[in-house]
Amino acid sequence: MAKFIFFRVLQAIPVLLVVITLTFFLVRFAPGGPFDGEKSVAPVVKAALEAQYNLDQPLIQQYFSYLGDLLQGDLGPTFKYPGRSVNELIATGFPVTAELGFYAICVALVIGGTAGVIAALKPNSTQDYVSMSAAMIGICMPTFLLGPVLVLIFGIWLEWLPVSGWGDLPGDKILPSVTLGAMYAAYVARLSRGGMLEVLSQDYIRTARAKGLPNYVVVLKHGLRGGIMPVIAYLGPAFAGILSGSFVIETVFQIHGLGRFYVQAAFNRDYTLILGCTVFLAGLIILFNLLSDILAAYLNPRLRAEVEGKS
Amino acid sequence: MKLASISNKHLLLFSILLFSGFLTACSQGKSRVEQGNINGILHIANGTEPETLDPHISTGVPENNIGMSLFEGLVSAHPETLEPIPGVAESWEISEDGKTYTFYIRKNAKWSDGTSMTAEDYVWSWERASSPIMGNEYAYMLFIIKNAEAWGTGQLDDFSEVGVKALDTHTLQVELENPAPYFLNLLNHHSLYAVPKHVVLAHGAMTDQYTQWGRPGNMVGNGPFVLTEWKIYHQIRVEKNPHYWDAANVKLNGVVFYPVENYSTEERMFRAGQVHKTYEIPLDKVPHYRENEPDKFVNNAYLGTYYYQFNVSRPPFDDARVRRAFALTIDRDTIASEVMHGVVDPSYSLVPPGVGGYYPPKLIDYDPEEAKRLLAEAGYPNGEGFPPVDLLYNTNESHRKIAVAIQQMWNKKLNVSVGLVNQEWKVYLDSRNRLDYDIARAGWIGDYVDPMNFLDLGLSTNGNNRSGYVVPEYDEMIMQTIPGAKTPEERNELFYQAETRIMTDLPFAPIYTYKTKYLLHPSVKNLHKNYLNYYYYKYIELGE
Repeated sequence: MAKFIFFRVLQAIPVLLVVITLTFFLVRFAPGGPFDGEKSVAPVVKAALEAQYNLDQPLIQQYFSYLGDLLQGDLGPTFKYPGRSVNELIATGFPVTAELGFYAICVALVIGGTAGVIAALKPNSTQDYVSMSAAMIGICMPTFLLGPVLVLIFGIWLEWLPVSGWGDLPGDKILPSVTLGAMYAAYVARLSRGGMLEVLSQDYIRTARAKGLPNYVVVLKHGLRGGIMPVIAYLGPAFAGILSGSFVIETVFQIHGLGRFYVQAAFNRDYTLILGCTVFLAGLIILFNLLSDILAAYLNPRLRAEVEGKS
Repeated sequence: MKLASISNKHLLLFSILLFSGFLTACSQGKSRVEQGNINGILHIANGTEPETLDPHISTGVPENNIGMSLFEGLVSAHPETLEPIPGVAESWEISEDGKTYTFYIRKNAKWSDGTSMTAEDYVWSWERASSPIMGNEYAYMLFIIKNAEAWGTGQLDDFSEVGVKALDTHTLQVELENPAPYFLNLLNHHSLYAVPKHVVLAHGAMTDQYTQWGRPGNMVGNGPFVLTEWKIYHQIRVEKNPHYWDAANVKLNGVVFYPVENYSTEERMFRAGQVHKTYEIPLDKVPHYRENEPDKFVNNAYLGTYYYQFNVSRPPFDDARVRRAFALTIDRDTIASEVMHGVVDPSYSLVPPGVGGYYPPKLIDYDPEEAKRLLAEAGYPNGEGFPPVDLLYNTNESHRKIAVAIQQMWNKKLNVSVGLVNQEWKVYLDSRNRLDYDIARAGWIGDYVDPMNFLDLGLSTNGNNRSGYVVPEYDEMIMQTIPGAKTPEERNELFYQAETRIMTDLPFAPIYTYKTKYLLHPSVKNLHKNYLNYYYYKYIELGE
């Protein structure tokens, strides 16, 4: 197992390097620079700015010095927020985005998992159709629509929950978590329904029923373990997707997470911030895929044997 | 195997706990606005995250909105009329020739750490603000001072030759390049604020951009409030500064600024009582507020012109007749009243009317017949043979609506086809800079209340011109003739002539004059409206 993890980590290095190189040069080739604004900047001022941020050096030299700094964990200063480093911005924004993502995953698992299991228990019944239609709507409904609709109902009409913020007012974390979780809940529902359907028709489930075990034990203890497998495999990419895709939610709900920096950085041509966020998120995605594989291996004896047999 | 059963059960249990925690927390007490009215804290949605609060680097409106609470100019401005009133300087004298200003700094003017302010602070700060290695995009605001331009562009190495001197601890003398009646107004702009030398140098060199002096705890200003909290993309809090010379008259205890980029989000926050004031209002909400809650809707004149510029450097818009034909076919009333829901005023001149007592000529109007005649005269009768041209704008919903409307007007009245090209902001700026367009949308917001700030857009040397308009006589008028005016009346007369010239040549076709539009809670008193949309927080009071 240790070897399996070691090789996967080793594989990540060239992937990261490609991501860094592509991003580094692509953002440089986009028209407009970090110091171009509505008002024209005097050439002498622009030159001074570029010198302050080492943009006056040859591109290839900038690339290698960036890599050198990166090895030491230094993502450089941002261009748009003078006096702040990329490390600081990520350290500020990421915990918020991660917390939001975690709650969203919880929402997705609870709502989605429950709906999927209920649907799988009686395939092609009313309860199946109702849960799966709801899931389909959840998948189709974009978050930028669902968010404002939920805010309108629970924030403005009913006045039960705050309309925006994160950790400022009591209950302000509920609506963003539910909104972000809803889409993933829908996927989880469909995946767990499929997984459960397959597992419930297996021989060992029939054996469990034949032993006279009560239905809930059969479903929750024997069925769920196998039925949840597709969901586990999906969790890694889902969490990574949530982290990198929470921008819309963060904007709609006024949350100070990483997503807003990331998108603004691209608009601002804030080279170091774009790169820093990209490298950081790419690393996370690789990490979560790895974790998800390890978890899946633990839960699935066949896969585990395969991994350990190889190693 | 254990892992699986534990993680599933625990996850479920944890989630249930989480949710019950959520729901018990849902008790809605007083709203933030109601609470703020009791504690004297004003809550403002402020557009976006400020890039910096260092007044010598900052460029944006959100930064300025916060900066005005942290700093005060050498000369301040009346909150409504923007007439110069004493600020850090309690009085000043102007020499006969209008070139030498002597300022007397008040003895009780202090930095927010209690240190006394001196004339030397201004000399040092202006050296910093205009230094060529500072990278201050607003350095040109100081170029009216004698030799400052040479220093600021690196042609002069010695700042002591620049026309600013500390005569003694509390007396500052400034010598100008030319008489400039708007100089006192400039002192109210952030690029001419003083910054505390002892604090800036404690955290880095004079011209460092990468420094920590602007952080809460470090930052020292001289305004009615002082920075106490800065959570990135979350909120900025300023609290009353006890060392401010006029602290006794400051009503608020503090202001909280929220960086809300989404106009719909801030409108919902306003409705839910989370902010006293929004930064903007979604255009489609305007009719609702105007009709049902007019007491909350603010729509005030704002010193700015929205215009289309023609690329004068290449056909077909190198022909003034073609430019005029296009300018005469824009139905500005329809744009202002229909497309923009009446929140802007139609504009027929580059300078918005009433700037410093100046009223511009009206040389264009909606006149499709004359436009057709001009186009025929230029060789395109009824639009025949007119080459395909594009209208460039940056990605934005109202720019798009206006562009579509004007495209239709040109098509219907002139029988020409104009393509629409929208580009992301930086790409659009790049295209405009390279003169790679036919017609481009543009806007100009004044930095100070003076027609010069608009008319110098036509200067061939002005980087904001971007139209290829190069007319030596016009340059001479702006650079030589107008600065030599003896009286304000003569000066306005010369502005009138300059504007007549540029509105005849028409490199820029004005479309509308900007107006501010935002939502304001009725409990906010004395938030004065003015042409620059500057907020003077020291006067604001919160009522019921």
